[in-house]
Amino acid sequence: MQYLLMIYQNEAEYAKLDPAILQKNSEEYVAFTQSIVQSGNFKAGDRLRPIATATTVRVREGKTLTTDGPFAETREQLGGYYLIEAKDIDAALAIAARIPTARTGAIEVRPIWVYN
Amino acid sequence: MTPRDIERILRDEAGRALATLIRLVGDFDLAEDSLQDAFAAALERWPVSGHPSNPRAWLVNVGRNKAIDRIRRQANFRGKQAELTHELLLNVSQHDACNDGAALGDDMLRLIFTCCHPALAMDTQVALTLRTVCGLTAPEVARAFLVGEEAMAQRLLRAKQKIRLAGIPYEVPDRDTLAPRLRGVLAVIYLVFSEGYAATSGENLMRLDLAQEAIRLCRLLDSLMPGRGEIKGLLALMLLHDARRAGRATARGDVVLLEEQDRALWDRVQIAEGLLLVDEALRAPGGPHAYAVQAAIAALHARALNYAQTDWPQIAGLYEVLLRISPSPVIELNHAAAIAMVDGPARALALIDALEARGTLRGYELLFAVRADLLRRLGRHAAACDAYRSAIAATQLEPSRRFYARRLAELERRTD
Repeated sequence: MQYLLMIYQNEAEYAKLDPAILQKNSEEYVAFTQSIVQSGNFKAGDRLRPIATATTVRVREGKTLTTDGPFAETREQLGGYYLIEAKDIDAALAIAARIPTARTGAIEVRPIWVYN
Repeated sequence: MTPRDIERILRDEAGRALATLIRLVGDFDLAEDSLQDAFAAALERWPVSGHPSNPRAWLVNVGRNKAIDRIRRQANFRGKQAELTHELLLNVSQHDACNDGAALGDDMLRLIFTCCHPALAMDTQVALTLRTVCGLTAPEVARAFLVGEEAMAQRLLRAKQKIRLAGIPYEVPDRDTLAPRLRGVLAVIYLVFSEGYAATSGENLMRLDLAQEAIRLCRLLDSLMPGRGEIKGLLALMLLHDARRAGRATARGDVVLLEEQDRALWDRVQIAEGLLLVDEALRAPGGPHAYAVQAAIAALHARALNYAQTDWPQIAGLYEVLLRISPSPVIELNHAAAIAMVDGPARALALIDALEARGTLRGYELLFAVRADLLRRLGRHAAACDAYRSAIAATQLEPSRRFYARRLAELERRTD
């Protein structure tokens, strides 16, 4: 099965972190990504620019409405994702728990909708 | 055989037959529907022919054939021949699966661990376990938890959808994750028992069926995973608590406190079994689990001739052990109540004050109730009355409300 692992973190708190910690965090991400590429679970993954760069689009009655900012204001923001292939939810949850941000933020695990 | 005999067999076999059918057909809903078909066939045939020598194997085989019928009908209906390649149809010749005892035990464990998967909400785990493992009907589960039938049906439906769509595996967890997953299963069983032992709301203090179901489930788990201290500890704890059932309430449904209970009403056979299990649980490898220590406390109550002659110092000591291995404010509250019996109510009240100051048990009924009792024993009647009033406001259970109101009325008479 395929799962999307969505990485949520408080951006404001993250921005305040010490550069040495950010460096270590980034190294942990490199190591983690390499490990799931090697195990064959990795399908895709990216880090997102902060919500200050987000734009939300809605089309109503044919008119495009564009607003500055994310779809919803939340305490923690979507900051990145991995798309993985895993045997079942247990395997997916075990991988999600190894994402460095799982220790400070939260990882939402969602199965991909498969059309037959 | 009478329909009642048949219904008893079907009820006993429902969980295990369903557990195997889910593995064979790979889908909760299809397995449940097919088992219902098999039940209908049994009710039709068994009164005439008598029940088969192995009712479970019969139900599984008939259920599987009914599932194949259902898939074929669906395939014809949709005109999709492709669906005939369903795994089930390819495995039609495999009849071995229903007669192997070990495989059947594994199926039951698979079902239990799947229903108690942490990706499902706790109340959903409880409902799903009662519905599928214990074989209660959806309306029975709804009644047990005072939820509307429609809402319960929806909850069960969503749970089965999540199992299928989110890929919750039909497996016993591997060695690495077994211990935490087993803790989750035991938490579900204990929650079912607790609701049966002292309902959180409603007219009746105890809901017998739920306590019995929890004990039945824990016995099953103990037989499927023998020699595990945490399972034996929980089973002992539930047996010892449940053994006091007949003494815990009057015929009118009023609460009788432990100190006033007629101990001749306690179930001695069940206590003997519980005491034996406590010893096994405490001796199990890996150190005593919290349930085993709680069971040891219950064992001291069960052994005591009366309230005054209970071994309170050892009970207080066991609560201290419990606070080390599994700290919680509720355990601290129980510890304080035991300390009241060892060192007197004043020292216990100081512990309660400290606990209350931390704010973790704010609004908790039993905190008010323990405080009220300590104040009453210290002769501080006005403060005790206030605490009983708070307990009355906090409880949702009618017999508890009556008990606090009775104590309050006694005190008010004395203060006047």
